[in-house]
Amino acid sequence: MNPLTRAARVLRRNLVVIAGLGTLGFLLLPNVIVTVFSFNKPNGRFNYEWQRFSTDAWTDPCGVADLCGSLSLSLRIALWATVGSTVLGTMIAFALARYRFRARSSVSTLIFLPMAMPEVVMAASLATLFLNTGVSFGFWTILIAHITFCLSFVVTAVKARVMSMDPRLEQAAQDLYATPLQTFRKVTLPIAAPGIAAGALLSFALSFDDFIITNFNSGSTVTFPMYVWGSAQRGTPVQINVIGTAMFAIAVLCVLVAQLAGRRRKRS
Amino acid sequence: MSTFTATDQPPAPTAPAARRKRRVPYWLLLPGILWLLVFFAAPLVYQASTSVQTGSLEDGFRVTWHFATYWDALSEYYPQFLRSVAYGATATALCLVLGYPLAYLIAFRAGRWCNLLMVLVIAPFFTSFLIRTLAWKTILSDGGPVVSTLGSLHILGLTDALGVTEGHRVLATPLSVVCGLTYNFLPFMILPLYTSLERIDGRLHEAARDLYARPLTVFRKVTFPLSMPGVVAGTLLTFIPATGDYINAELLGSTDQKMIGNVIQSQFLRVLDYPTAAALSFILMAAILVMVTVYIRKSGTEDVV
Repeated sequence: MNPLTRAARVLRRNLVVIAGLGTLGFLLLPNVIVTVFSFNKPNGRFNYEWQRFSTDAWTDPCGVADLCGSLSLSLRIALWATVGSTVLGTMIAFALARYRFRARSSVSTLIFLPMAMPEVVMAASLATLFLNTGVSFGFWTILIAHITFCLSFVVTAVKARVMSMDPRLEQAAQDLYATPLQTFRKVTLPIAAPGIAAGALLSFALSFDDFIITNFNSGSTVTFPMYVWGSAQRGTPVQINVIGTAMFAIAVLCVLVAQLAGRRRKRS
Repeated sequence: MSTFTATDQPPAPTAPAARRKRRVPYWLLLPGILWLLVFFAAPLVYQASTSVQTGSLEDGFRVTWHFATYWDALSEYYPQFLRSVAYGATATALCLVLGYPLAYLIAFRAGRWCNLLMVLVIAPFFTSFLIRTLAWKTILSDGGPVVSTLGSLHILGLTDALGVTEGHRVLATPLSVVCGLTYNFLPFMILPLYTSLERIDGRLHEAARDLYARPLTVFRKVTFPLSMPGVVAGTLLTFIPATGDYINAELLGSTDQKMIGNVIQSQFLRVLDYPTAAALSFILMAAILVMVTVYIRKSGTEDVV
């Protein structure tokens, strides 16, 4: 066969593979740029053009004022928002997945609406509430806002898991004279745990990276995304790229370790 | 709120234990639902009231049922509304075209690389999206690789004529904003697509091939119709946030690409014209709800056909 037609055939057979990998490249390209430019030494205030290689930012990641402060504030808010939304959301998810009760469909709608609404609408309305009730903007208003929009995502994640659970397992526990509390602790909770963990991880990520709702409800408090936003106007320090790259590396490492651990457990 | 407490119990006489059991869901719901009522529902009521207030920052705002704010806001900012819908719809279509092959690849062709590819799709999330959006400033910059490639292929002249780019540059044009929107919401398209593709029984493909369907026919008649739930979920998850977004227009666009989110943000946080911001938010919410409802209806019937 003519090598050219053969090449054309291979290309046509793998068209979807090529297109898919192209999309993956499009998704990962900015991460590559962020990493490369964390080793840049820009001339002006902005880190958009490559000048020359330098590890200055990596050796001094907190070298610019307020950057690490904003980072630790974001981590603290994300942590508490995760705790709050996971507790409230898990309770709602159990009620929805396990019980028939009145107003069930209204509750479902109330859970669904925050996810179906553009973030800017939710952000502006919550800020209107705080303005009208005279609450001063800061840590607490950000935390409240984050718990509010993370809640629905936790409910969705946990509900899916609890719904797919075999109810006979709990009946078996009860047949073996387990008290309701024992059944919950020894059977229900361990099975629901992956769903709860997924919901918690999702809210941590959503809260840590949130900009729009924080923009409206933070006052003069600066979270990490707020810092990056401000720096787009004032000048982008290389340290932003360092933190972005480090977060990426740490998270990918965690995923890999978790996968390896899971594989080993499966084997043994 | 009373509907969620003990007052709502049916009157049937029951043993105390059974009655206690019936109350369990209400106790589970109480804290979370109260939270959503106070911090999600009540704010919308406050916003509704703000949208019909008049006044100034010094004298305070008072409810005067001034519905003209809605009309004024709409007539002044309809270009931004139309632009938001156009950008949001374009970005959603691009996400579908770009995301489908990748979701298909992960679901059917990746084999043992499936998990790795999945991690790579989610991995960008681990870097703050604002930092990644700023990286597009570098990629699309005037002296950058994209502009020089498109320029040497004489594509920029064509896109300039179409009004997608301006003056032989990509940054601060509709193209860069739509590119940013597509990039930012692409994973929200890929994940639901993958979920619904992965559920498809591989034997259906075999059956179609056994019946001498060509690959394209298999896709058109079997794969795509069965992935409709993912397509609908993915387009909603991209279109809604993309239409309300103001970050990409702010970071990658100029004043000519301002979307409705930018207007709401500046009215609320800079101009401090709360009634206009509230009215615009409600118009945006209503417009999106209407579009989403129509879309779900339509896609539902197409699914059956």
